[in-house]
Order: sequence, then structure tokens, then C-alpha cells
Amino acid sequence: MKRPVFYGAGFPYRSFKELPGKLIVLEGTDGVGRSTQIAMLRQWLEEEGYAVSDTGLNRSPLTSPGLEAAKLGHTLSPLTMSLFYATDFADRLENLIIPALKAGFVVLSDRYFYSIIARDVVRGADPEWARKIYGFALKPDIILYLKADIATLISRIVHGRGFNYWEAGMDIRCADNLFDSFAAYQSRLMEQFEQLSKEYGFITVDANRHANDVFIDLRQQIRAVIE
Amino acid sequence: MLKKQEYKGKLIVVEGIDGSGKSTQIDLLFKWLQSLGKTVYFSEWNSSTLVKSTTKLGKQEKMFTPTTFSLLQATDFADRWENYILPMLKAGVIVLADRYAYTAFARDVARGVDRAWVRNLYSFAAQPDIVFYFRVPLDVAVDRILTGRSNLKYYEAGMDLGLSDNKVTSFRLFQQRIINEYEAMVNEFGLTTIDGTLPIKKQQKQMRQITRAVIKGWEGLPNPQRRVRPVQVRKSVPGKAG
Repeated sequence: MKRPVFYGAGFPYRSFKELPGKLIVLEGTDGVGRSTQIAMLRQWLEEEGYAVSDTGLNRSPLTSPGLEAAKLGHTLSPLTMSLFYATDFADRLENLIIPALKAGFVVLSDRYFYSIIARDVVRGADPEWARKIYGFALKPDIILYLKADIATLISRIVHGRGFNYWEAGMDIRCADNLFDSFAAYQSRLMEQFEQLSKEYGFITVDANRHANDVFIDLRQQIRAVIE
Repeated sequence: MLKKQEYKGKLIVVEGIDGSGKSTQIDLLFKWLQSLGKTVYFSEWNSSTLVKSTTKLGKQEKMFTPTTFSLLQATDFADRWENYILPMLKAGVIVLADRYAYTAFARDVARGVDRAWVRNLYSFAAQPDIVFYFRVPLDVAVDRILTGRSNLKYYEAGMDLGLSDNKVTSFRLFQQRIINEYEAMVNEFGLTTIDGTLPIKKQQKQMRQITRAVIKGWEGLPNPQRRVRPVQVRKSVPGKAG
């Protein structure tokens, strides 16, 4: 991107001239293989001579300790969680993503605010309210949406990190056990992603395939943006 | 914008810059309402335990930008809203709040965030039944704050805005911006203005009059402790606002 474009008011107290870097976003539900792809993309880009910076949800040094602690308790309600994640996102955007873009880096973002909106809306948040929060967010150069069936996600979760309370949406009890809740919750998230995809112009990539095949597609899409 | 207050309880809020005398007044209002046998709950700005450690970290390490400061305070408010204010209002309690969304609208905009953006953040919250805005000249408020205090804190003084290297000068400039935002909100939100330079007792009399009109003929949640013994038991104690 050259001149930054924001979804809303941006950061009115800051002025940006040019951001010579590129902001590449990988979106998709839990277990879709985003982190595997980010690792492969990073290696490829660095071999090509691009400086790469990567980031992902809940990695802000400001909010990460507090948010992790909050997730262990039982009082983290949907609105509060939504705004806590927005704080995390804003902190990383202002203090990590934008400075990296300014310095000409390719920034690989493991999820962006679209995932947060999807999770908020599934938890009952007003869709318009949730979208307007991110009026400060920068428009990425490309948004790649990794899309896989529930069966694929389940297989990856089973062979990977295992089922987890939050990824199964157990805080809103989509079902009375982790497995069914995971399937129900991820399906609801995917419905939201379909809507978001149209709204924000995602490029959908079939993530049911082997990681190498997915990578080849992603590489092709990204090459068109950075060259 | 804020939602219409349609819950069984009543929501009464005090707003104004630091040193405007609002905490003193809400404490007196709290005691009076209790003496009338009402069930009253008090909530203070920036007091959620869930968010506390993050706020502390951000302040200590000076990590905040206007946007993250605004979002974290909204998180703090959301936590108090979901876990305390909303259930109390539904139960029919009189909720007294020392600062509410208007504090964010004034301070965050003074820090440079977009007006419409910050109003959207708080749009899940209810518009209070009464908002008392304590209007005082800047000099009076600054005098009250600086008397008997050695040190203004970094964010309190608005030092993050780079308005001045001098803390007191910065504080004055920052507070003036906040006053300007409050003044613009008097009409926007129909704030009830109280002259904060009047004697304390006189201000309180006005507040009680206005409050009486709002709770006239309204029952709310009975206070069982009140019938057993007239001595008040208070769970939450109004104190200095942040």
C-alpha cells in the first residue's frame, strides 16, 4: 500500500504519509491451518528478499497478560471480551503493524479484526456496532480466507492441539460437550465469514487440500500483490 | 447513541472535570437515598478488577495511545455494565455512577479520537435517567486538585498529548479541552447542569429535588435490611474518582 486507507476515521491524531510495506491477512476458522501457512509464507518471502513481520490475535504486550488471565475466569462476558480483543488489535496495529509497514516490511497477519467481529456476532453482539469499532483499522492489501469443511477442521484439531474450551465456543454452550459444541460453533462462525467475505472482499482459498497445495495458491495471490 | 433506559431501576450519573465536586455530591445523594429506604448501588469509573492489571501495566509503562486508552476504558465499562450495572437496573435498584460514558466522550475526544467512533463504542449502554454535570471554571477545579497534592499523574495531566512539558500547564490545557467537550454535550444529551461553585449544601438540595421528581411514585426493589434495623449497611463505598 502507498497511502493508507482506513475503514472509518482511522487515527485522527496521527498523520501518515506513505506506508511502503504490504499488509497480507490470512483469515479463517480455528484449525484451518493458518499458522502452518504463515510459517511457509514467511520462509518463502524471506528467501525472496522481503523483510517479514508477523502478528496474530492476543499478542499485544499491553493486553495479552490481562486477557489471558480473564479467559481463565468465568466473568468475561461477550461485550467485555469483544472490547478487550479490540484493544489488543488496536495496540498491535498502531505499535507493530503500522511501524513495520512504514519501514517497508511485508506484514503477515494471522487473522485480522474480521475474526473478532465473527466471534462477537455469534455471541449476540450487534453486527453494526461490532463493525464500527474497527473504523480505526487499516485496509489490508489482500485478505486471503482459508475455508475448510467442519470434517477437515475436526481432523486437524484431533491430530493437532486437541479440543479447547474457547475454540469450541463453550462459553456460550453451543452444545453440552466439547465435540458437538466445536462443530456447532465453527459452523456458526463460517456463516459469519461468508457474510464478511462479501462485505470486505476476501479471496477464498480451498483449505481442505494438502498444505503444500494451499501454499501454492497463496503464494500466487501474494506475488501479484507484492511485485 | 445510547439506548433508552427501559429497565426497572433508575440510573443517576455525575459528570464533570476533576475537582468539580461531583464525588462529594454523589456520596451525599447515596446516603440520602438510602435513608429513604431505597436500594442503591454505586459504581465508579475505571474500577473493573478484570481490566485492572492491564490498565496498571499500560500506565506504568506509558504504553497507551488515545485509541487503546479509549478501548481499554470501554472494556472496563463493559465489564461493569454486564456484571453489575445491567443486572442491578433489571432488579429495580437505583444505580449511582461516578462518571459514565460521557467521561469517555469528553476525555477521549480531548485526546484526539473520533467523536462518532467513541459514541458507538458505548452504544450498548442505557441513557441515564439523570446526568448531573458539574460546571466549574477551570481555575477553581485546578485549584481544588492541586491543593494538598504533590503530584499529578502522567495520563491524568494529559502528558501523553505533548501539549506542554510542564505537568500543571499540560493538565490545564487538557482539562480545558475536556470542558469544551462537556459543554457541547449539555444539549446533545440533555445533561442537567449544576453550578459547582455554589455551596455544597445548595448543590445537594438541587440534586435531591430533581431526583425526587424522578423517583416519585416509583417503587423499585425494596430494601429488606431497612425494615429490620434503620442502620444502613453499605457494600460499596463511594470514594475518589479516577
